[in-house]
Formats: sequence, structure tokens, C-alpha cells
Amino acid sequence: MIPATFEYVRAKSVREAVSLLQQHGGRAKLLAGGHSLLPLMKLRLSQPEVLIDLGPVEELRGVREEGSSVVIGAMTTHDELASSPLVRERVPLLAECAAQIGDVQVRNRGTLGGSLAHADPAADYPAAVLVLDAQMECEGPAGARTVPVSQWFVDMLTTALRPDEVLCRVRVPAQTRGQGWSYTKLPHPASGYSLLGVACLLSVDGGTVREARVAITGVGPKALRLPKVEQALAGKPADEASFAEAAKLASDGLDATDDLYASAEYKRHLAAVYTKRGLLRALERVRQ
Amino acid sequence: MNVTVTVNGVRYSRDVEPRTLLVYFLREHLGLTGTHVGCDTSTCGACTVLLNGKAVKSCTVLAVQAEGAQITTVEGLAQGDRLHPIQQAFWDEHGLQCGFCTPGMMLAAVDLLQRNPNPTEEQIRHALEGNLCRCTGYQHIVNAVQAAARAMSAAVGAPSGGE
Ligand SMILES: Cc1cc2nc3c(=O)[nH]c(=O)nc-3n(C[C@H](O)[C@H](O)[C@H](O)COP(=O)(O)OP(=O)(O)OC[C@H]3O[C@@H](n4cnc5c(N)ncnc54)[C@H](O)[C@@H]3O)c2cc1C
Ligand code: FES
Ligand code: FES
Repeated sequence: MIPATFEYVRAKSVREAVSLLQQHGGRAKLLAGGHSLLPLMKLRLSQPEVLIDLGPVEELRGVREEGSSVVIGAMTTHDELASSPLVRERVPLLAECAAQIGDVQVRNRGTLGGSLAHADPAADYPAAVLVLDAQMECEGPAGARTVPVSQWFVDMLTTALRPDEVLCRVRVPAQTRGQGWSYTKLPHPASGYSLLGVACLLSVDGGTVREARVAITGVGPKALRLPKVEQALAGKPADEASFAEAAKLASDGLDATDDLYASAEYKRHLAAVYTKRGLLRALERVRQ
Repeated sequence: MNVTVTVNGVRYSRDVEPRTLLVYFLREHLGLTGTHVGCDTSTCGACTVLLNGKAVKSCTVLAVQAEGAQITTVEGLAQGDRLHPIQQAFWDEHGLQCGFCTPGMMLAAVDLLQRNPNPTEEQIRHALEGNLCRCTGYQHIVNAVQAAARAMSAAVGAPSGGE
């Protein structure tokens, strides 16, 4: 399987990538790790006339600490995230999520920015960045702009990113000491993508849930926070009984879609099961 | 478009269409047919090579993306007549039957052993999740990776850990 022909250009800076996007209008696409785009191009589901490779753009790489946040370049690979000592120390939820994506080869090529720009409904990062309240830092012809993650995911494969913008960095507030976390996924047995994945962040004060944040990916067109579950947990004892009670609300009004592997009904059932599991794992980490 | 890469220590420069996938570049432009195409859909890992030291599925990388890179294919593992420890271990432990998946398996295993010289069985299985084998049932492949780990640790004089 060979993609349709295209013109290939290497961008050396974000500014150059933006001006190339402007110059080619809707005919061009950015290329990051290529692990979503190239498979689509091989199937000819996507046929961009121009590919703008972000590979050489140094400023899009690397992870650094800035105040109480960790700032991650869009071109950072899943493997670099999963093995970064800084990410593992300050945002272990994101490292745990990155480590569960696909397989080693996919993690060696795929990037954080590519995954968040692509917004595959079965991608893993969306649930993690939603509970972490990340900020998406983009650059376009009009300059830089920051989009809070709560406004990022618009629909299946659709984000708030404009066609002539590059997602440059993801700014993630560091997790606080004593906060529990977990990313729990059910991988599709063939592809490794999430049938569903649940991200949890849990703050507990003297045995009582002070704040719980829960998000789910894979079940519907886009990843979502689960506010009903979060509200039901606030102020409750941090124990299995209240987690089980709150997790029942995970499927309440959840927009689940049937796919070849699982029915919407089964996914709604799994949402409650995985929410409870995720909360229990997060609680274990509070206690550690 | 020109691509210059170093494959198994040899520099190659060729003109290719930008849509040429790395695996076809290796097989058809450079004649290195040890790298196999199994699924062509990023699933099976038969096309795995090391790109700047890391295992990648070469059916999902454009040759032009590899510009300037160091690539290792199965042809680059042995030193002259001396098999690489991972090759010797696949032989000794019967880590292959038809052999179709083997080049990719071995390169994924090399990526693992570079990061983790003494992997547990569970870590080996996790590291080979991107490589499918239709023949062996995987057990002998896992045994081979463990044997290679022991041989390589012994060779560098490091204490050989238990499983
Ligand atoms: C076999 C296989 C298994 C996989 N399993 C999983 C899994 O379990 N979980 C999971 O989450 N994902 C999985 N993936 C997807 C993988 O994580 C992709 O790498 C990722 O979704 C896209 O990142 P990329 O860097 O490869 O982006 P690309 O494929 O290069 O780009 C994807 C899209 O985003 C755009 N884009 C890329 N970077 C930017 C940027 N900086 N700014 C603006 N737009 C940009 C591109 O134009 C393109 O439209 C799998 C992929 C494969 C092939
Ligand atoms: S041929 Fe590349 S993964 Fe199967
Ligand atoms: S030995 Fe035949 S596919 Fe693995």
C-alpha cells in the first residue's frame, strides 16, 4: 500500500511551518510521527498534496519544568514521555498513559502533539490531559494562542486548532503531592487502541475525597470529563463503596457509539467498571 | 528527492519519490530484503528496523523522514561470520519456525536489551507486543531473548541477573 503522490517539504521552525501552511492553504498537512497520518494516506483515506514535516523543528522537542507546570514539546514521542524522569516525577499520570499507547514501535515514532491534533476517538492522551487541565499552546499567522483543554476536543477527529496553526507545546500543571492518579485502559486486542480508557486524579483529606477528576476516552466521538461522577465523589469517604456508587453514574447520559468490536451498551457497562477500577488504583497511590 | 542514510554502517544516497516507504526503500532501492513486509498496515512488526537505535515499523515511516539517520536492519546484526547474540539465541532456542517474523522480532528484542539488559519474561512479552508470529506461539522467542540477555551480560562482564 503506497500513498498517493505528494510534495514533501521540511520545516525548520514553527514560523516556517505556519507560513508553509498559509502558502498551500487546505492542500497541505503537517507530518509529525506519521503514525496516524501515514496509515490513512496508505489507505488513500487522506490525500494531502503537500506534507510539511515537523521532524527537523528542534523547538518542538523536549520536556521542561516551568514554575509548577511541565511544558512538553508537541514533537515529544510517547516513548520519550513515558521514560522522562521529569514527567514520571511531576505528572506520572501522563507517563503512565504514554506507556500504554500501542506498542514499542508506535511509541518510538508517535508524538503527543500528533495525537492531540488528530483527536482519534480511541486515543489515550485525551482522557489524561482532560483531568490534568492542560493548556494547548498553538501558533498561527496571527501569533501565539493558548487553548484550555476543556475547549480543545470538538468532535471526532476535530479540535479547536485552526487549519493554519501548529500545536507547539502542551503545558501541564504538575500533580500535587499526595494526589492519587491512574490511567486504566482496555486495549483493543488487535490494534492496541483503547476500547475505553479512564483517567483519574484523586485528592483525599483524612479519608474524605476532597476532589476527584475523571475522564473517559474511546466510548464515543470524543473524550469527556465525567462531572456527575466527580460531583458524586466530592466529600464522600474514599472507599470502595462510595467509588462503586459514583461509578454507576459514569454511563449516565454517556454518548457511546457502536463499533465492530463492542456495542454502545457494552461500552456503557465497561465505563462504570473501569471508572471504579481506576478510582481504586488512584486511591492505592494516595496511600503510598 | 534525495535521501542519504547510513544503513548497517554503509552510507547510501538515492533519489526517491517522497511517498516511498522506508521498508520499500530498503528492499527495492538498496536490495536489503532481510526486512520483511507482513501486513503493510503497521500491525505485525515484520518490517521493524532500528532508526537511530530505536525500533520502528519501517512500513509506517517515509524514506525521506529518515534523512541523515542511522539504520540497522537484520543484515547488520552479525559481525562477519559471527552471529549477533540475539541471532545465536534464536538459533539455539528454536525461536523461529518459518522465519518470516524473525528479523523484526530480533530488532525489537535488540531495542529492549539496549534499554533493559536483564528483562523479566513479562517485560519481554510487553516489548514484543508490536510483533506478531503465526508459528511459534512466542514461548521459544521469549526463551531466545532471555538467552541473548544472559549471553550479552556475560560478554560485557556484568553480573547475569536471574529472571
Ligand atoms: C499500530 C498502531 C497502534 C496505535 N495504538 C494507539 C493507542 O493504543 N493509543 C493511542 O492513543 N494511539 C495509538 N496509535 C496512534 C499513535 O499514537 C499516533 O502516533 C498518534 O495518534 C498521532 O501522532 P503522530 O505524531 O504519529 O501524528 P501524525 O500521524 O504525524 O499526524 C496526525 C495528525 O495530526 C496533525 N498534526 C501532527 N502534529 C501536529 C502539530 N504539532 N500541530 C498541528 N497538527 C499536527 C497532522 O497534520 C495529522 O493530521 C496507534 C497507531 C498505530 C499505527
Ligand atoms: S509490515 Fe510493517 S507492521 Fe506489518
Ligand atoms: S516463525 Fe513464522 S511467523 Fe514467526
